[in-house]
Amino acid sequence: MHAIEKILARHSGRDRVVSGEIITADIDFAEINDLYLQTIYSFREMGGKKIWDREKAAFVFDHYAPSPTIEASQNHREMRLFREEQGLTYHFDINAGICHQVMPEAGLVYPGMILVATDSHTTTHGAFGCLGTGIGATDMATVLITGKLWFRVPEIIRIHLKGIPGSHVLPKDVILYIIGKMKADGAVYKAIEFTGTYVEQLDVAGRMVLCNMAVEMGAKTAYMEPNQAVLDYVAGRSSHPFTVEHTDSDFEYEETYVFDISGLEPQVSMPSSVDNVGTVAQAGRVRIDQAFVGACTGGRVEDIGEAARILKGRKIASHVRMVVIPASAEVFKKCIVNGYLDTLIDAGATISAPGCGPCLSAHQGVLAAGEVCVTTSNRNFPGRMGSRDSGIYLASPATVAMSAWTGYLTDPSCENSGDSDVRKTEASGKGK
Amino acid sequence: MYGKQKHLGKGSEKMKEEFTGQALVLGKNIDTDQIYPGRYLALTNPEEIGSHCLEGVDEGIAGDFPKGGIIVAGTNFGCGSSREHAAIALFNMGVGAVVAESFARIFYRNAINLGLPLLVCRGIGGMVKSGQNLEINMRTGELKNLDTGEHYQCETIGEYAMSILEAGGIKPLFIRRMKEEDHDS
Repeated sequence: MHAIEKILARHSGRDRVVSGEIITADIDFAEINDLYLQTIYSFREMGGKKIWDREKAAFVFDHYAPSPTIEASQNHREMRLFREEQGLTYHFDINAGICHQVMPEAGLVYPGMILVATDSHTTTHGAFGCLGTGIGATDMATVLITGKLWFRVPEIIRIHLKGIPGSHVLPKDVILYIIGKMKADGAVYKAIEFTGTYVEQLDVAGRMVLCNMAVEMGAKTAYMEPNQAVLDYVAGRSSHPFTVEHTDSDFEYEETYVFDISGLEPQVSMPSSVDNVGTVAQAGRVRIDQAFVGACTGGRVEDIGEAARILKGRKIASHVRMVVIPASAEVFKKCIVNGYLDTLIDAGATISAPGCGPCLSAHQGVLAAGEVCVTTSNRNFPGRMGSRDSGIYLASPATVAMSAWTGYLTDPSCENSGDSDVRKTEASGKGK
Repeated sequence: MYGKQKHLGKGSEKMKEEFTGQALVLGKNIDTDQIYPGRYLALTNPEEIGSHCLEGVDEGIAGDFPKGGIIVAGTNFGCGSSREHAAIALFNMGVGAVVAESFARIFYRNAINLGLPLLVCRGIGGMVKSGQNLEINMRTGELKNLDTGEHYQCETIGEYAMSILEAGGIKPLFIRRMKEEDHDS
C-alpha cells in the first residue's frame, strides 16, 4: 500500500483500502476560513448543535483580514459568535495570517494526519506527510457534526524530480514547470506524490510550494515522505503524537512522470491559465504595473528574503507598485528581525497585513482593466486579481523582485550582469 | 444571537431522473473565478449570488439564462477554489445540469451535495451547440440532442452520488440518516 492509502485505512478502521472505493474516514483537524460562513448555515440546517470535538476545528480569518467590507465584517462577526458558542480551543483572527501557514506554525499539522479545510490549497500540507484536502462548506458542516467525511480512495501518481537546478531557480519555478507539462487537468481526482533527490533535500518552505500548487493540476491531495527538515519543524511545534507512514516497496503507482530539472530556467505562467507556462524569456517583453510577493504559495520568510536580497540598495521602477504581504504574523516578525522589510520599504514596496491579500481580488492591490501583475501567488484565471481584462503572470519571488526593479518581466538569472545594463536593456526592450 | 439563517442553495427539490433543457456551451478549464468572481464571495443572498454567475466568462449570461438550462463544457469544469458559491451560483441561476468532459474534484462534491446533477461525457465539447435542446437521463447516463436527434452515452454517476441527488442534496439525506440513527438507538 501507499502511505496515503495507509493513512486512509487507519482513519477508517480498515486493514487496507483500494483506489476507487468509497470510505468514511475520521478527521484529525478541520479548518474553516472566512469565506465560508455557509459552513455555519449548513451546520444549523442539518440539525447541528455541538461540534464533534472543540479541539479539532478552528476558524482562520485570512481572505478578508482585516475586513475590507461591511459584508465581510458581518461574516467575521457571525463566525466569532459561533466560535464562542462552541468553545473552540483554537481561533485565528485577523491578526494571524493565511491558514496554510498558521496551522503548521501552531503545531496543528503533523505526519500521518487527515486535515480538511475549506480551501483548495489544503494540498499544501502534503509537505508534512499529512493528507490535506480542500472541501466545500456543506461537506465541512458534516465534518463539524460527525467528525467524519466520505472519500473516494484516489489513484496515486508519482512525480519524480531528478537533479538540482541553479540558484536562481526556486521551488516556484519547478512547480510551474511541472504544471506546464502535466496541464491543469493532469491529475484530476488523483493524489500526487513528489519524490526524488530534489524533494529529499528541499526545506519546509520549498516543499510547501510544490504541494500547494498540486491542486492546480486537479489533484485531490499531495504527498511527500517527511524528511529531517519536516521532522525537526514538527518536533519544535507540535505535541501531538504521530506516525510517519511509509509506502511499501512493491506499491505500483498509476503513473510515474520523471522530470530532469537540473538545467531548468526561471519559469512563468502566462495569462490566463496556470498551465500556460514558459521560460521568462519566452514570455517576451511585458511591461508590468504591479508586483506581488505573498499568498500561501509565495509569502514565506524565504520568499520575502529572496525579494529583499535582489532589491537591496535598489529602487523599483517608477511606474511599478510592489505589494509585499507576509503569510503570517510569525513570518512578518522574522522579516522585520532579518531587515527584509526595511530593505523592501526603502526599495519602494508597500507592506500589508498578513493574509491572502490581492490573490483573489479581495483587497490590498486589486487590478484595473489593462493592468499587468507579476505575482508569487498561484492562480492567473481571468479576473482572479481584479478586472477580467487584467493580466497575471505567476512567477518566483526572484522573478517578481527583478521585474519590479526593471519594470518589465525579467529573468533573475541576469541579476549579476551589472545594474545599469540590465535595467537599460529591459527598459528599451532589447533584452532576449 | 445570529444573523438570520439564509438558505443559499435550496437543495430540497428532489431531482427528476429525466429532464430537458437548453444548452449553453462553454470551453475547458472553466474555473471557479469565472463561475463566481472572488469579489462577490461575501454575498449571502441566493438570488444575488445567482445574478453574478459566470460573470467571469460573460457578464450577460446570468440575465438571459433559460430556467433549467444545461451547461455543456470541456475538461476540468469547476477547477480552482473550493468555493461552494460556484455551485450555489449555478443552482440559483437556474442550471438544470452540467455536462462536461471532466469535473474538478471539489466542485464535483459541492454540486452533488447541493443536488445539482452532473454528468461526465467524454468528447461532448464539440458535439453540441448553444441553444440546442438536450434531454438527459441521469439513471442511464443517456444524453439526447433533441435538435439533431444524436445520442451520447455519458458515464453513469456513482451510486453514492446518485443517492445524494435523489434525496435532493446532502442536507436532506444527512437529516434523514441522523433521524434513522436516533430511531435505531
